[in-house]
Amino acid sequence: MMGTEVFEAEIALTVNGADRRIPSGWTLADLLSSVELDPRVVVVERNGQILRDRSSFASLALAADDSLEIVHFVGGG
Amino acid sequence: MIRSRSFISWVGAEMTSAPADLLSTTALTDPQPLVIAGREFRSRLMVGTGKYASNAQMIEAIEASGAEVVTVAVRRVDLDRSKDEAILHHLDPDNFFLLANTAGCYSASEAIRYARLARAAGFNEWVKLEVIGDQQTLLPDSEGLLQATLTLVDEGFKVMAYTNDDLVTALKLEDAGAVAVMPLASPIGSGLGMLNPYAIRTIKQRLSVPVIVDAGVGTASDACIVMEQGVDGILMNTGIAGAQDPVRMAAAMRSAVEAGRHAYLAGRMPRREIAVPSSPTTGMLGS
Repeated sequence: MMGTEVFEAEIALTVNGADRRIPSGWTLADLLSSVELDPRVVVVERNGQILRDRSSFASLALAADDSLEIVHFVGGG
Repeated sequence: MIRSRSFISWVGAEMTSAPADLLSTTALTDPQPLVIAGREFRSRLMVGTGKYASNAQMIEAIEASGAEVVTVAVRRVDLDRSKDEAILHHLDPDNFFLLANTAGCYSASEAIRYARLARAAGFNEWVKLEVIGDQQTLLPDSEGLLQATLTLVDEGFKVMAYTNDDLVTALKLEDAGAVAVMPLASPIGSGLGMLNPYAIRTIKQRLSVPVIVDAGVGTASDACIVMEQGVDGILMNTGIAGAQDPVRMAAAMRSAVEAGRHAYLAGRMPRREIAVPSSPTTGMLGS
């Protein structure tokens, strides 16, 4: 996702079990947008808390060491 | 519609009217539509959405099945290929009742977490609760299942509990507040059909909440025999998705579930160990 020459400050966090670096100041909406995810079809759990209000995504600033789980519905029995 | 053209031409028009009435849709309507937790469902067949060759095939099969309840699983988004996987890009939630499962969960706490995530998706507060106890057979962990049912019912979930074919566990799940109990016909994905009809019948007779047989149905005759036990419905996935032609099998399952339901309502003839002639024994030549 990120190039090697990044001049702005970054923070490190965990998304779906994998380490990830994002520009500091990014909101959850920024992160979802960067991976082309429609917020309406995902559910996000941040540090063990489910974020029930999708309208808060645009104002929710991500913090260093956050642990995010981004899930959705897939085929299953 | 059932009689052949040649038969109709033999008996004449006045004799075809009575059978036509008997075969009308009114006569064949199920007198008790499936109702779970106060909600009426249009089909007694519920289907899964896993293991299809393509999303297009899945949609076609679901439509052929006539199912309203469609199960889905909760999984991490693959951040590199999100658009291919998300089932909501293919399945219109206005046309189907999405029933999230907790498949793959091996403890009560894990299943509870998945159920909460599923509810946060915003469609409904129903969950098909699975707490698996053994990797090889995927048989349920009754203790974990009961514990998770109690917690989720307390949180306002409508719990449909996938369980083994044990009556006592089924009774405990009902007491715990499950809105439906879902005993297996045989292990998930096995296609072995109903291994213990006595157990399934007993669970149905003893429970007040609907009994939906979940897992193990391999072909249409399996589904028909399950419904003939008097249960309220069937949930299946691999029985359809694993067929050579899933869309045709979905249609077959739909017919089989309806046939089995009608056969149960009609009440089968008694079994006899000796033959009883169907044709008159009198009036034979030379008598």
